[in-house]
Amino acid sequence: MKKLTLATIWLDGCSGCHMSFVDVDERILQVAEKYDIIFSPLVDVKEFPEKVDVTLLEGAISTDEDVEMVKKIRKSTKTLIAFGDCAVTSNVPSMRNHYDLKDVFKRGYLETSTDNDVIPDEMLPKLLDKAYPVHHFVDVDVFLQGCPPSADTIFYALVEIAEGRTPELSKRARFG
Amino acid sequence: MSSSVNIITLTIDEKQVGARENQTILEVARENGVEIPTMCELKGLTPSGGCRMCVVEVAGIPKLLPACMTTVSEGMVVTTNSERLKKLRKNILELFFSERNHICAVCASNGFCELQLMAQKVEMSHVHYPYLYPHCEVDASHNRFVLDHNRCILCTRCVRVCDEIEGSHTLDIKGRGIEAQVITDMDQPWGDSETCTLCGKCVHVCPTGALIERGMAVGEMSKRKQLLPYLTQMREVKT
Repeated sequence: MKKLTLATIWLDGCSGCHMSFVDVDERILQVAEKYDIIFSPLVDVKEFPEKVDVTLLEGAISTDEDVEMVKKIRKSTKTLIAFGDCAVTSNVPSMRNHYDLKDVFKRGYLETSTDNDVIPDEMLPKLLDKAYPVHHFVDVDVFLQGCPPSADTIFYALVEIAEGRTPELSKRARFG
Repeated sequence: MSSSVNIITLTIDEKQVGARENQTILEVARENGVEIPTMCELKGLTPSGGCRMCVVEVAGIPKLLPACMTTVSEGMVVTTNSERLKKLRKNILELFFSERNHICAVCASNGFCELQLMAQKVEMSHVHYPYLYPHCEVDASHNRFVLDHNRCILCTRCVRVCDEIEGSHTLDIKGRGIEAQVITDMDQPWGDSETCTLCGKCVHVCPTGALIERGMAVGEMSKRKQLLPYLTQMREVKT
């Protein structure tokens, strides 16, 4: 059987879902039998590929750069997985959503810092008014809940997709 | 049971069942092993019909009816689990999630929450409505309990238990619709309440992490709802 290609990426997330992915331990060899990991924080490739079968997308969408990226990912990806609660619900990054953006900056750069009195306004991606779930911007094929989803669930989902089945996640994954 | 109660027959999910005429569809369904999802209902409290999770189809009636509030009648034909109902329940649950800030990952009730578990049960994979992200206060003025409006679904179990079982009526609801909010006394900080007896029943009937014991960290706040049927039974014995 021809191997599928897999990309993994995190946007506004903590990398916890990726840590959970690494927790599949030696089963990573089974993953490698079914997938070529062609883009990921785990491999040294800078540009998101033009074509990929499956993408695990961790994190909420919080900046203009994230929006651009998620649209690019959707265009290139056959099966897009919203990977973890931040991608599915916007989760912890959304805790800033009911504050004004200027208050968020003040808190982040001034009030909580002792040696900085500047709010940077260039060279950084522009923060959106809110942190949004992935499906706010693009269609998502599989919602993989959990903070983080367990390694077993991630492994199960990847195997099912590789075998051409739709993963049955309602009994295996939940929010939180 | 008094001998004057009439026994009737009805059909629930194509199954003929017998019931007392003053029972609700929900009670009869449960007695016959038919599970109808509920959020605001809790055995031992007066049903309020607020959450709408338990809506069922009754043949001949175009509207959906809440099973917890609808009494059975002779020859009634009830459907509890059609595709339409499943879809509606999922939508109702999505509205709960979109209306406040339910962030399971950082909730004291993570792993014990009825809302979280219900999402899994009705197979709600995500919320397709836009989230409202309202600004909600956390009332931590009480020295034993915390009221976090971010996580409240307005089921009113706390209001009912405080009124009906404890007899204090410290808790109530102000506002209407999406503006509605649980309050203590005349909308004063809970810590200043003169009527709260510190019994903690509200905390233990709360389905989510909206009411918790002070000092509970993520995933620590399990609730002891089993206290309620016992208390209600004792009250009935006494009166």
